[in-house]
Amino acid sequence: MNNRIQAIIQRYQTDRTRLLDMLWELHHLYGYLPDEALSELADGLNMAVEDVRETSSFYHYFHHRSTGSYTLYLSNTVIARMQGYQEVLDALERETGATLGEMDPSGTFSLYDTPCIGLSDQEPAMLVDEVVFTRLTPEKVSGIISQLKCGRSPEEIANPRALPKADIAYIDQLVGTNICKAGPVFFHKGNDFPELLKNCLDAGPEAVIAAITQAQLRGHGGAGFATGLKWKLCREAPGATKYIICNADEGEPGTFKDRVLLTRSPQAVLMGMVLAASVIGAREGIIYLRQEYIYLKAYLEQQLQLFREQQLLGKNILGRADFNFDIRIQMGAGAYICGDESALIESCEGKRGTPRVKPPYPVEQGYLGMPTCVNNVETLVAVTRVMQEGAEWYQSLGTEDSRGCRLMSVSGDCQRPGVYEIEWGTSLNQLLTLVGAEDPWAVQISGPSGECVAVDKGGERRFGYGDLSCNGSVMIFNRSRDLLGIVKHFMQFFVDESCGICTPCRSGNVDLRNKMERIIAGRGCQQDLDEMVSWGELVRSTSRCGLGGTSPNPILTTLQQFPELYQAKLTEQSGVLLPSFDLEAALQGNERARIELTHHDYIPRELIQDPETEK
Amino acid sequence: MSIQITIDGQPVVTEAGENLVDVAAQNSVYIPTLCYLKGKPCLGTCRVCSVRVNGHFTAACSVPVTEGMQVEVDTAELADMRKALIESLFSEGNHNCPSCEKSGRCELQATGYEVGMVVSRFPYRFPLRPREVAADHIWLERDRCIFCQRCVEFIRDRQTDQKIFAIKGRGTAAQIEVNTELANRMPPEQVREAADICPVGCIIEKGVGFNDPIGRRKFELQSVRERALGEEES
Ligand SMILES: Cc1cc2nc3c(=O)[nH]c(=O)nc-3n(C[C@H](O)[C@H](O)[C@H](O)COP(=O)(O)O)c2cc1C
Ligand code: SF4
Ligand code: SF4
Ligand code: SF4
Ligand code: FES
Ligand code: FES
Repeated sequence: MNNRIQAIIQRYQTDRTRLLDMLWELHHLYGYLPDEALSELADGLNMAVEDVRETSSFYHYFHHRSTGSYTLYLSNTVIARMQGYQEVLDALERETGATLGEMDPSGTFSLYDTPCIGLSDQEPAMLVDEVVFTRLTPEKVSGIISQLKCGRSPEEIANPRALPKADIAYIDQLVGTNICKAGPVFFHKGNDFPELLKNCLDAGPEAVIAAITQAQLRGHGGAGFATGLKWKLCREAPGATKYIICNADEGEPGTFKDRVLLTRSPQAVLMGMVLAASVIGAREGIIYLRQEYIYLKAYLEQQLQLFREQQLLGKNILGRADFNFDIRIQMGAGAYICGDESALIESCEGKRGTPRVKPPYPVEQGYLGMPTCVNNVETLVAVTRVMQEGAEWYQSLGTEDSRGCRLMSVSGDCQRPGVYEIEWGTSLNQLLTLVGAEDPWAVQISGPSGECVAVDKGGERRFGYGDLSCNGSVMIFNRSRDLLGIVKHFMQFFVDESCGICTPCRSGNVDLRNKMERIIAGRGCQQDLDEMVSWGELVRSTSRCGLGGTSPNPILTTLQQFPELYQAKLTEQSGVLLPSFDLEAALQGNERARIELTHHDYIPRELIQDPETEK
Repeated sequence: MSIQITIDGQPVVTEAGENLVDVAAQNSVYIPTLCYLKGKPCLGTCRVCSVRVNGHFTAACSVPVTEGMQVEVDTAELADMRKALIESLFSEGNHNCPSCEKSGRCELQATGYEVGMVVSRFPYRFPLRPREVAADHIWLERDRCIFCQRCVEFIRDRQTDQKIFAIKGRGTAAQIEVNTELANRMPPEQVREAADICPVGCIIEKGVGFNDPIGRRKFELQSVRERALGEEES
C-alpha cells in the first residue's frame, strides 16, 4: 500500500467524481501515471483499472509513460506556423536532444506539440510544465533550455524577481494581455460589488432574470443561447441542489479573450457567478479552467479568497441566512471537446469528456444529475455589467438582433493583434482597419469551427447573430498564406480532438482530412471535391455534438469562398485509373509478399512491434 | 398521454415520451439501429438511426416523441446517409465476413445488407488493431469493434458493479479493453450476454463459433428488419 496514493484518495473522500483531480495529483507525484499507481487508485475507488484509464487516456496532458524532468508543449497553431513555429521547433529539438513526441535520452526533456494554448497574439509560445513562454525565437529557446540544463527551474527563468504566483504582476510577467481596445462593457473599473449584489438580492431573482432578458443578452460561448432564459429554466427545474459552472475551457484555436478577462476582470466573472447562484439557487459553483491556463490558478484562488473576505462568497453571503455559495476551480487536462457544456460536465464528474445525449439538457440534469447552468466567461461579465448599468443601457449597444458588445481575439497578419471590444454590427472591414490588417485576403471567423471569409467578397458583412456570429476568434491571413495547408491543419485538429464516440465525427473527419491531403498533393480530381462536399454534409448533419456539427466547415467554407484554389490543384483523370491511385505503391504489397514467402526467416514488422509499447 | 405525430406523412397515435425507434417499429416503419437496445438507456453512438425530426437531422434513438412531431425516415437523402454511416464503420475497421465467427449473426453485416450496401464508398483504412486474448472465456477481435459502447455501459461485474469493458484512448488510437480478472469470474450466461450484446464479432466467446450452419444463422432465419418490426407485434 502506497501511503501517498491513499492520502490522495482520502483527500477526495473516495469520491470517484473527483477522478480528474486525483489523476492530476498522481501526475504531479510521478511525472506521469504509472500502471501500479493507477491500479492502486482504481482499487481504492472500487473501479476496474481499465475504467480509470478510460478517463485518463482521454486527456492530452496525462501521460502513461515516464516523462522527462521538464515537459515542453509547443503550441501548434496555424498562427504559430506563420510566425516561426518550425524554427522554434527545430531549435527545441536541437537544444533538448528530444524529438517531437519523445523524451531525450538523458530523461531531462519531453517535447510535445499541443493545439492552441490561447496565445495567438504572442506566438510562438510554449508551456514548460506550468509556466508559459511567449514570442519564442531560436535564440530565446537556446537561452531557456541552457538555463534548465543548469538546474534553474522554469519558474526561476520566467519569474526572476520571484513574484508571488497569486500576483497579477506574475501573470503579466509571463504573458501580455494586449487589450487593444476596451469599450463600454468589458474591463470596467471602479466596481462596488457588495453594493451591486445587495441591490440584486433586494430586487430578487425574478427581477434579475427580467433585466437580463430585457437586455436580450445572449451567451458569448458560441451557441448564442438567451442567458435570461437559461437562468429561468435552471431556476424552475426541479432539483435538490443546482450548480453554476463557468466555462473557461477556451479551446477554440485563435481565442484568448477569456484568458484576458480572467486576468483583468476576474471579479466581474465571479460576480456573474454569484448572481447566477442567487437566481438559480446554487450552493456550489465550478470554474472549469483549461490546463493551458494553469498559471492563472493561484491568482484566481486569490480572487476567490478576496470575495470570501468581502462576504461575497461562503456562508451567509452579505449576512443573508439563506444564501450560501462557494466556488471551486476544476482543472481540465487537455481536450477541446470539454468546452462543450455537457462534455465539460462529464469531465467535472471525473469522466471522459464525451458530450451527452440530449435530452435531458444540462439545465434539467447537469452536474451530478442536478440542474446546471453553464456560462461562458464573457457572458458572466456581461451579466455583471447589465446589472450594474441596467438593461436599457445594454440594449442601446449593438443592433436589433444582437445587443451589446463582444470581445474579439485578433491574430495573424495585422499590426496590432490582441483583444478588441466591438459593438455587434461592426463590419469585418471596420475591424480589419482597426487592427491594422496587412493586405487581408481571408479571415477565419470563430476558429476552425467557424467560417472562412474572403475579404473581397465578405468584407462588408457585419458581426452579429444574424450574420457573422463570431465566438471571439478572428484569424487574419494575407495573400502569401497557404490557405489549403491551413484547412488541412484545421481538419487534423478535429481528427485529434474528436471525442470519438460517434461514427460520423470519429471516422468521417479522418476521411475528410485524407481527402484534403490528396488534393494538396495534386492527386485529386473533381470527384474528390464532390465527395468532400457530400461527406462533409454527412458529418455535419449526423454528428452527435457541435464538434462534428462544425468540423467540415474549414473545407466547406473555403470551397465556397475560394473554389479557384481547389480547382488549381486538380488533375485530369487519364485512362481508367483515378489519379489518386498509385499503381506502383499498390503493387509493392505483392513484392513484399514475395519476399516474405521466399525468406522463411522474414518476420513482418507488425509482428515484432507490439503496438502497446509504442503508445 | 396519448399524442399524435406523423412519420413520413402518415399520422401515428402513440404515447408521449416513447422512444421514436420503438414508435416507428410499432407502426411498421423500420429505422436501422446498431447501438440502440430497447429498454436500455440510449447510447447515441452509431448515428445509423439518423432521421429528420421537424426538419432537423437527429438520431431517432435519442428522441422521446412529443405531440405534433413530424418525422421523416424514408427519403432518398436519409437512406443514403444511414447507408454511408454503415459503410464508414466497415472502412474504419477490418471486416472479413467470410472468416468471422459472427457472420450471419452480426448486426452490422445484417444492417449493411438491409440498407443495400455493396462496398464502402470510403477508402478502407486497414488499421492495425491487436486482438486481446488474455481472458479465459472471452477474447476481443478488435478489428471489428465499432465503439458502440454497449459492453462498456451494460456489462458490469456482479459483485462490485465495476466496469468489465472500457475504451482506452480516443480517435484512431481508441481501443476496447477488458479487465481479465473480472472477465474470468463472469458466469457463463454473462459471457454469453456480452458476446450477444456486442453487435459485431468483437467480443467472442472462446470455444464457440461457426456453430450454426450457413443458411440457419440468426439473420438468415429472420432478417434484422423483420426482427426489429416483428418483436413489437408479438
Ligand atoms: C466543441 C465545442 C467546444 C466549445 N467550446 C467552448 C468554450 O471553449 N468555451 C465556451 O464558453 N463555450 C464553448 N462551447 C459552447 C458550450 O457548449 C456552451 O454553449 C457555452 O459554454 C454556454 O455558455 P453561454 O450560454 O454563456 O454562451 C463549445 C461547444 C462545442 C460544441
Ligand atoms: S460529434 Fe465528435 S466530438 Fe461530438 S460526440 Fe460525436 S465524436 Fe464526439
Ligand atoms: S463483425 Fe460483422 S461485419 Fe464485421 S466481419 Fe464479422 S460479420 Fe462481418
Ligand atoms: S466490443 Fe462490441 S459491444 Fe463493445 S464497444 Fe466494441 S462493438 Fe460495441
Ligand atoms: S441506434 Fe441511434 S445512434 Fe445508434
Ligand atoms: S475471401 Fe477471397 S477467395 Fe474467399
